[in-house]
Amino acid sequence: MKNEFQVIADLIEKDKKVLDVGCADGTLMKFLKDNKNINIRGLEISKEKVQECIAKGLTVIEGNAEKDLKQFPDKSFDYVILSQTLQAFLNPELVLDELLRVGKKAIVTIPNFGYWKVRFHLLFKGTMPITKTLPDEWYNTPNLHMCTIKDFFHFVKSKDIKIFKSLALNNLNKSTINQSNLGVKNLFADLGIFLIEK
Amino acid sequence: MNKEKNIKTLTVKKPLKLDCGKTIKDFPIAYETYGSLNSKKDNAILVFHALTGDQFVTGINPVTNKEGWWSYAVGPDKAIDTNKYFVICSNVIGGCMGSYGPSHKDPDQKIFGTNFPVITINDMVNAQYNLLDHFGIDKLFSITGGSMGGMQVLQFISNFPDKSKTVIPIATTSSHSAQNIAFNELGRQAITADSNWRDGNYASNDTNPGKGLAVARMAAHITYLSKKGLQEKFGRKLQEREDLKFGFDADFQIESYLRYQGSVFVDRFDANSYLYITRAMDYFDLAKQFKGNLSEAFINTKAKFFIISFTSDWLYPTQENKDIVIALNSIGADVGFVEIVSDKGHDSFLLDVPDFLSALKNFLDKSYEEN
Repeated sequence: MKNEFQVIADLIEKDKKVLDVGCADGTLMKFLKDNKNINIRGLEISKEKVQECIAKGLTVIEGNAEKDLKQFPDKSFDYVILSQTLQAFLNPELVLDELLRVGKKAIVTIPNFGYWKVRFHLLFKGTMPITKTLPDEWYNTPNLHMCTIKDFFHFVKSKDIKIFKSLALNNLNKSTINQSNLGVKNLFADLGIFLIEK
Repeated sequence: MNKEKNIKTLTVKKPLKLDCGKTIKDFPIAYETYGSLNSKKDNAILVFHALTGDQFVTGINPVTNKEGWWSYAVGPDKAIDTNKYFVICSNVIGGCMGSYGPSHKDPDQKIFGTNFPVITINDMVNAQYNLLDHFGIDKLFSITGGSMGGMQVLQFISNFPDKSKTVIPIATTSSHSAQNIAFNELGRQAITADSNWRDGNYASNDTNPGKGLAVARMAAHITYLSKKGLQEKFGRKLQEREDLKFGFDADFQIESYLRYQGSVFVDRFDANSYLYITRAMDYFDLAKQFKGNLSEAFINTKAKFFIISFTSDWLYPTQENKDIVIALNSIGADVGFVEIVSDKGHDSFLLDVPDFLSALKNFLDKSYEEN
């Protein structure tokens, strides 16, 4: 399991009710179910991935976060997880609002477009950056709204969303992001992980 | 065919009050079982059949000598694995494979015909509930069925919220739409317009409204397929001829196919049962039973739901299946959902659709492991 998932799992207490939005093949769901006795649900758009989840014995709904989150009642989950998908929605702001409506807390991770390798790629090669977390070409990437850790940080603050924890991840190195080190973390972190609440 | 010899029946002594207000008692429910009930009695699956199905789910149906209607899904090592699970299926009341229906005799020894009480999906499941007592099963492992079988699944868990661990409605709806009712009415009109129907008293007149019933089946059969499926299978292919004949014989293969489907159906199905069962489907509106709030139907159950629809099913389309998912999610129920890609239309649930069968198998087996 990737390090990101371990970090996410560490943010969640045992026996909670959790929704994984864009749960893919259910790796994180299975881990949370088996190791933390989490009452876990998934929402996934890909039929193939939904089948993989079913084969793992996971409860998954085939659906689209932009349309299908609205069926869940307010605060019906302790945590709602959105891993590296926010940038792929047509309207990320709406999805973020929905996550925070459905979940008492939300865990959102974003691939950082401010990461130095991304900046270097664009600066020196002059082509759209391709990195480990951004593996696709400009013409086939699902990502519509790339942002940096700094962008996201400012965005949630402007929406009066409470940040409980903000973590920067670079390979196996995890560190805390705060107002004073934001510039540095925005340069050296590949991924940002945010535990938020509204 | 010796129908009686091959049919197991349970006589329900307890009076059953029907939605129409009448009460029936001492009535037969015809059933069949597959696999064996384990000592803990926790491996039973109650399967509900669709409009023209019966209790003979898999293997060779001893009455028709044809494959059971869900042979692709049920059997040893299949999705519903009879090596592992004890499968029970019964003919719905109003049906014509041994359960109490319009071809039975009333207390005065007259064949009911249309004097049989109008039954509902609710009546069907209340009648079938007696099978649990019969087998001494406190809680089923699962209930499942497609189409009208799915409606019975929804009604059953609503009526008996703690009687099944898992619930699998397939290609179904919680409320029959105007279009569904319209197609059923077309079938009923075809039957009653046949002069041999004789106001439902054809049995005592020794006639049979076979033509009307065949037309009803032909029309319904079209609704079970998709346009793409029909086009790929038949297109404009001609039936055993080089050219059009400029007449009204079956020039096209699709015509010949539908005529065949109609004619074989007449041999195995009763016209009055067709009227009664389609009526029960039309009357089905689970939300209405709960003042328009479908979620209320499931508020008391802790069962794990898995809902399946098919892309090319226009009779019970994905959205109608999703409405059930939405109702369940809004009360925080445990519900999974998948839409299977298939161009085989509504009939997909009866056919060899590997993605469907593997999803069904995985859901059941994984849920059973967690028991």
